[in-house]
Amino acid sequence: MTEQTKVKELEDVVIRFSGDSGDGMQLVGNIFSNLSAVLGNHISTFPDFPAEIRAPQGSLSGVSGFQVHLGSKKIFTPGDKADVLIAMNPAALKVNANRLKPNAIIIIDSDSFKESDLKKADFKTEDPFEELGLNSLYVQVVSAPIETAVKESLADSGLDNKARLRSKNMFALGLTCWLLNRPLEHAFEMLQNKFRKKEKIMEANIKVLADGYNYGHNIHASVSTIRIESAQTEKGIYTDIQGNKATALGLIAAAEKAGLELFLGSYPITPATEILQELSARKEMGVKAMQAEDEIAGICSAIGASFAGSLAATSTSGPGLALKSEAIGLAVMAELPLVIIDVQRGGPSTGLPTKTEQSDLYQALYGRNGESPVVVMAASTPTDCFDAAYMASKIALEHLTPVILLTDGFLANGSSAWRIPDLEEYPSINPPYVKPEMLEGWKPYKRNEETMVRYWAIPGMEGFMHRLGGLEKDYQTSAISTDPANHEKMTKTRQTKVDRIATELPPQEIMGNKDADVLVVGWGGTYGHLYAAVENILSEGGNIAFTHFKYISPLPTNTSEILTKYKKVIVCELNNGQFAGYLRSKVPHANILQYNKIQGQPFTEIELVEYFKKLMEE
Amino acid sequence: MNNLQSLQYTPKDFKSDQYVRWCPGCGDHAVLNSLQKAMSQLGLKPYETAVISGIGCSSRLTYYMNTYGFHTIHGRAAAIASGVKLANPELSVWQVTGDGDCLAIGGNHFIHLIRRNLDVNVILLNNKIYGLTKGQYSPTSEKGFVSKSSPYGTVEEPFRPGELTIGARGNFFARTIDVDLRLSTETFVEAGKHKGAAVVEVLLNCVIYNNNIYQPIIDKEFRAERTILLEHGKPMIFGKNKDKGLVLDGFNLKAVKIGENGITEKDILIHDAKCEENILHYKLATMEGDLPLALGVIRDYTTATYEEDFTNQIKEIQTKNPVRTLKDYLLSGETWEIK
Repeated sequence: MTEQTKVKELEDVVIRFSGDSGDGMQLVGNIFSNLSAVLGNHISTFPDFPAEIRAPQGSLSGVSGFQVHLGSKKIFTPGDKADVLIAMNPAALKVNANRLKPNAIIIIDSDSFKESDLKKADFKTEDPFEELGLNSLYVQVVSAPIETAVKESLADSGLDNKARLRSKNMFALGLTCWLLNRPLEHAFEMLQNKFRKKEKIMEANIKVLADGYNYGHNIHASVSTIRIESAQTEKGIYTDIQGNKATALGLIAAAEKAGLELFLGSYPITPATEILQELSARKEMGVKAMQAEDEIAGICSAIGASFAGSLAATSTSGPGLALKSEAIGLAVMAELPLVIIDVQRGGPSTGLPTKTEQSDLYQALYGRNGESPVVVMAASTPTDCFDAAYMASKIALEHLTPVILLTDGFLANGSSAWRIPDLEEYPSINPPYVKPEMLEGWKPYKRNEETMVRYWAIPGMEGFMHRLGGLEKDYQTSAISTDPANHEKMTKTRQTKVDRIATELPPQEIMGNKDADVLVVGWGGTYGHLYAAVENILSEGGNIAFTHFKYISPLPTNTSEILTKYKKVIVCELNNGQFAGYLRSKVPHANILQYNKIQGQPFTEIELVEYFKKLMEE
Repeated sequence: MNNLQSLQYTPKDFKSDQYVRWCPGCGDHAVLNSLQKAMSQLGLKPYETAVISGIGCSSRLTYYMNTYGFHTIHGRAAAIASGVKLANPELSVWQVTGDGDCLAIGGNHFIHLIRRNLDVNVILLNNKIYGLTKGQYSPTSEKGFVSKSSPYGTVEEPFRPGELTIGARGNFFARTIDVDLRLSTETFVEAGKHKGAAVVEVLLNCVIYNNNIYQPIIDKEFRAERTILLEHGKPMIFGKNKDKGLVLDGFNLKAVKIGENGITEKDILIHDAKCEENILHYKLATMEGDLPLALGVIRDYTTATYEEDFTNQIKEIQTKNPVRTLKDYLLSGETWEIK
């Protein structure tokens, strides 16, 4: 019968796994995206957890999702709307009803669409599809009695009923693999690894996975299956990595390259916690991660470790950054290297802890007392978090300055395939240590007149004993000073020190049509969506240019030159216009417009394309 | 022994070239001298010593020490010292702090430093007043204390540093008096020798805003009767004529006179600073009123430090897991190859 099933070739497809928190959707989502990556597809994924830890079973608030976008072309975002939805219960169907493309395929477990299940998800009628208006989208439903099938499949497994039903997600995964024409071998391998120590469960999962696949094969489904060709990918060994993990590993890489110990002082906070967790687990590499008593102690212990000669970092989100601001000022004054990672979320106050936003930019730039310049950078994709954390560490260590690295909830939880890097390809890291011959007449704030960076003497070095502190110091003697002219000189020196880092930054690049009238400007985690939207317009012959900022303070040296070249500069960001405002103050002659979204959600490609087209016509 | 001593740094080696700016007559001067003496006696090297302070009069002390030093921000010295010690456990780390810095704005870091038992020596200069901001009450000021910010007297109970230290599961607590250089030096030395977080409360006189508050206890005329010097392994005897002692009366301590009511020296409690059980230490640390104020080392119990356990955990995991580089780590995870 299978021969009769039609196969549809697609360039890219968006699949959303959705079910109860306990249904194991994250696991099957991960397995599916990994096996797609192994087959040579580009992937971008995004998990969507409920805010509640354990919401009532079958309820709308308990729906947990995992979206994966895969393609034979470059994929930059997890996708706006789904081509395929796996809905394990009516709540999952309801929550995702407005995230479906026309003609989407929906796989459901018909066993969990009984009257009582519909009630739990607040359905009023017996036809949830009709009630949600899905019929007008011409969705195609593959309805499988998953619960019954799994019970039968595992009848002789020796597992109890509850344990058997835990394999429901594998049946759904099997069906999805059939639908997308994915062979199961790699999934088997992954399950063998994951359940190495639980043989019975491993065997059950593998059996149900295969049964799910065969079920798809054997039903006379009217839907066409989907094929995605392998993409041209750079050779190498790949792994799948989430943004927060990439950030953590970027710090490890920098410490390894610099020959320093890595110290993290941190306090758990959504959505940054995984950085603390990853580094706490990396003891085999000698990482010292301390879970502090609060956000302030997180950064202060890091400042102490930096003083003692480690590569020191602290990780947090917006509210935590606010608590750390006084200590950042101390690191500015003491001129110590420090990496501060802010995984931004919706604010102010507690705001939207699990949702993404770019609204901490002003806080990073200006959120301290006094003239307190720091380096501010932003990562652009989940895998770029690695490079960004590496470069933040390099700049901090070589310029003895705090560096704030902004990522966000979208990058933190999103993942994509990542070629395992060769550290040989990364630039060396050379902190300006004191040398024994400098001892004569040495002062702690004596600096390299070219970079304005002071020299780093570390406790334990004989002869270089010195006192640092938050009080203003004399430019010449490094003693405490309240001299008015000296304060001005020191203030300007600290600013110049940060400004001069610009000369070491790569020039800002323009993508797309350089001679266009409209320049799209982005920064940080919106890169994927902006790039995809710009690509979309270019592919239709549209005339548009795009530049994306990773370095925000200082800005690359050619920023002004670029921004003043275009008739319309449209700064797109997930806040009320902070980068636009910053650029206006830095490049007052540019015609800077702004496009903002403050919904705790990433941009969608569709909304951006629509807006850019309108702007180009005006 | 003589050879060893000649290799040691002298108190002078711990003096920096900075002009000392405390008020004339301030107890801080005496503490500075005692600390420099203690560091010399401990055989510390200035370049392997770090003095970390917060904000306040006492926190200026860092600038006057010829060691590595960090004068940080208000209340955070304990957190910064924790990072220093964990990053480099070889350093001798000292925190110099005042009652406001340590117990008000820095209270959280203080209790957690103690709970974790990092080997940091905390010198807590307690003058029961905010001096640098010119005379407001502090968290150790007695209830009813009149100050610029409590013109009608405070309506709040004070912290007692010893009680807080032991309550936070502290393993070392000692008390000394600023002008008693010998006792201060001794207790600082004991704190320095102690492995783990050590707190020394220095009863400190602020000549400007809170002059002579300790005088009713420490004045030469009364000191012998109103204080007791505790020494490990020795009976808890005090008084001008060494004729008073402490005994247990139910769950409480009681001061008794030797020779009266059939009490002999044998009945007097022997001080055991080194035992794990802390109830008696707590009782001793909080003596006031009819009981003499305890001086010297009240508690000195040794157990594993945070940085020891922390580094041992790393070592243990490293013996089981050969991965040392990022590349090896990544390759040991789930990967696939594109050829």
